Amino acid sequence: MRLPILKSHSGANGNGGGSCGSGCGCGSGDAGSAPTDGPGVSRRSFLRTGTAAAGGLTAIAAALSPLRELEREDAPSLEQFLQKHYKEMTPDDMERALERIRAQVERRYGVRPELRDYKPMDGVEFVYALNISRCIGCRKCVHACVAENNQSRSPEVQYIRVIEMPRGTMDLEKGNHHYDRPTVPDEGHFYLPVQCHQCANPPCVKVCPVEATWQDADGITVIDYDWCIGCRYCEAACPYWARRFNFSRPRLPADQVNPNMGYLSNRPRDKGVMEKCHYCLQRTRQGRMPACLEVCPTGARKFGNVLDPESEVSQILRTKRVFVLKEDAGTLPRFFYYFDERYPSGLDPEAAEIARRLEHEEGDRYGRLPGADGPELRWRDLTPNQRGTLA
Amino acid sequence: MKTYLTFLWRCFRLSFVGDGRYYAWMFFLTAVALLGLNAYCRQIVHGLAVTGMTDQVSWGLYIANFTFLVGMAAAAVMLVIPVYIYRNRELHDLVIFGELFAVAAIIMALLFVTVDLGRPDRFHHLFLRFNFPISMLTWDVLVLNGYLLLNLHICGYLIYCAYRGRRPGKLFYLPFVFIAIVWAVSIHTVTAFLYSGLGSRPFWNSAVIAPRFLASAFAAGPAFLILTLGVLRRIGAYEVPPKAFLTLRNIVTVAMTINMFLLGSEVFTEFYTDSAHTASARYLYLGLDGRAALVPWIWSAIAMNTAALVLLYLPVSRRERFLHPACVLMIVGIWIEKGMGLIIPGFVPTPLGEIVEYTPTLNESLVSAGVWAFGLLLFTIMVRITVPVLSGRLTEHTGYTPDAPPRSPDHAEARAQEGAA
Repeated sequence: MRLPILKSHSGANGNGGGSCGSGCGCGSGDAGSAPTDGPGVSRRSFLRTGTAAAGGLTAIAAALSPLRELEREDAPSLEQFLQKHYKEMTPDDMERALERIRAQVERRYGVRPELRDYKPMDGVEFVYALNISRCIGCRKCVHACVAENNQSRSPEVQYIRVIEMPRGTMDLEKGNHHYDRPTVPDEGHFYLPVQCHQCANPPCVKVCPVEATWQDADGITVIDYDWCIGCRYCEAACPYWARRFNFSRPRLPADQVNPNMGYLSNRPRDKGVMEKCHYCLQRTRQGRMPACLEVCPTGARKFGNVLDPESEVSQILRTKRVFVLKEDAGTLPRFFYYFDERYPSGLDPEAAEIARRLEHEEGDRYGRLPGADGPELRWRDLTPNQRGTLA
Repeated sequence: MKTYLTFLWRCFRLSFVGDGRYYAWMFFLTAVALLGLNAYCRQIVHGLAVTGMTDQVSWGLYIANFTFLVGMAAAAVMLVIPVYIYRNRELHDLVIFGELFAVAAIIMALLFVTVDLGRPDRFHHLFLRFNFPISMLTWDVLVLNGYLLLNLHICGYLIYCAYRGRRPGKLFYLPFVFIAIVWAVSIHTVTAFLYSGLGSRPFWNSAVIAPRFLASAFAAGPAFLILTLGVLRRIGAYEVPPKAFLTLRNIVTVAMTINMFLLGSEVFTEFYTDSAHTASARYLYLGLDGRAALVPWIWSAIAMNTAALVLLYLPVSRRERFLHPACVLMIVGIWIEKGMGLIIPGFVPTPLGEIVEYTPTLNESLVSAGVWAFGLLLFTIMVRITVPVLSGRLTEHTGYTPDAPPRSPDHAEARAQEGAA
């Protein structure tokens, strides 16, 4: 039986090569004689092979051409490439890494950062408690967090999501993530800010294939941005939708850089890695409060060391009827919510008074914070011109 | 060693030889693969923002294709089991094609994971800090690469033996065949566990995912082989015994029946319970709050699968004219159902109840098409080399002799089998 697709080249002279035509890289026309190790290469077949090979190489070069747009900053330096996993770094390794990052920040943003590798403090386990009866939904925490933690501004990466919930339900699917009112709070709703819950049994840590994220001794789940491979498995695993991915190169204006940086927290991130709330460890591991708490106008947010029985959070956990989100997920969050028993069906009047004052003082800016959950800037929605200016 | 290098060199040269249709097909695949490479380079430069993925829907077309292809790869085993365990002669010659396809499918699956990575430049971190056995993804890395090596070894060994006209040593491949059988089940099970192990995603957090993966894989994989062998037969490159097609058809019919049964169980559990956890299923089948991007897709998938199953049950599908359309319908149906139909609803709504839809971008689709084209290119080349080797037209002594009379296909291995029996 004869195999038509295996026609020998001598039999169908030029036939095979002809249909191939232009240099597609799929090969030369004369190969038919080759496997039999035939006589020397003729000039014609040599030319044809050469043309096809050249065409193929041109096509490959054309396919690779977008890589010319890569910036120097995009490619990892040899030092970064060889950097060890956080837990395997010696103090010297860490100092070198910090110095490399300081130089990089200085080059990119023109500021010399105060960058350190903050370690957990002994005998400390951080816990957050949030008084829903005092949250007025102003989203100041969202923006204080972005400013403190050097997130990308465009598209804006936000660690805190404030959900506007109808009173009388805890069904998150009934909540509104994109509420945009002339003023907050709204009568019929309460507000539920959600951020990383720093679970004691974190599913995100479990799934990471390269151990780029882990739970530190003080309960904070951290990410080594130099180790993350960007598979986003942790993002799928998180029941609180707390993790964010840098889909594009983070864009952070130089005049908005916060120079107080931690290695595992708010140093500028690269494209293609995960990030998330870390309880502002560059502050809290030095005894300060998280930025979201400091900015909260109503004092709805409480933070502290749960191992210290005298701390405010310890007292709240003892005396208030606290709850966690999705307790059935078994993640054991370190982020607790509670309603004030004195105001079972409404806002704490004190918080309502603060909201009114803010509305008066801040006018139009209040409740309509710039960038607050506006549509995210998506690369594919941009014109080529806009891309050029942003890149 | 020198013989082996000569073999490789001859294979390389042979992959450039063929008739017009062969060149047209290869030209087409190369062009699409290069377009995909081009799109991937754009993704490297601008990041995954060039895809339709968001923080809300953080996996998309890439992972959907990955899931589907792992199933296709696992399906090779459905040919191996009848041959090596039940000593089914009809399928004997086809095993090698099944395993070659497994190799191509695994390579595509691995490429799909790679293009999904935000930092492919840090791939080596997997070797330095491997979260095994805790992370299911590390299991997947191991089983997929292991399966690739097993199949490369089995195919490579058998083909090389046939090339040299030697009888394959049983010790050198039979143990691997049996390991590969178990391993094939493991790759798809582990891939299912990637999803079903996530408590935060009720849509995936179901024990039926793994069995359903296997059932749909054992339907789509052999269906693809029926088509491949049909093409080989039509262009006269390789004669397949008709009984083999019937055996494959039976496998496909049974697997597809089980798949539809499991689908029904799942749909019943979701909709009869009607708890808050069924939002994703409602989004997939009915739409949620007026957002229903996947609804037409999943219903066409179900329609295709049903039509294919009906065709397979009817005696008419003993004829190629009906068998092939049934196979095409089934492959497309399963691709939708197990790809996008499985991955995307897991993310809609988000764990915080937000509904954000996902549509792949052009760039993302080009990358995916490129990976497919590259995989099919590999598969075509492997088949291109295997056919003349098995039919005795490419041997160590004669080199490539396209016009030689055909030897009984898979000669060497057949003799080895007799020895085994």
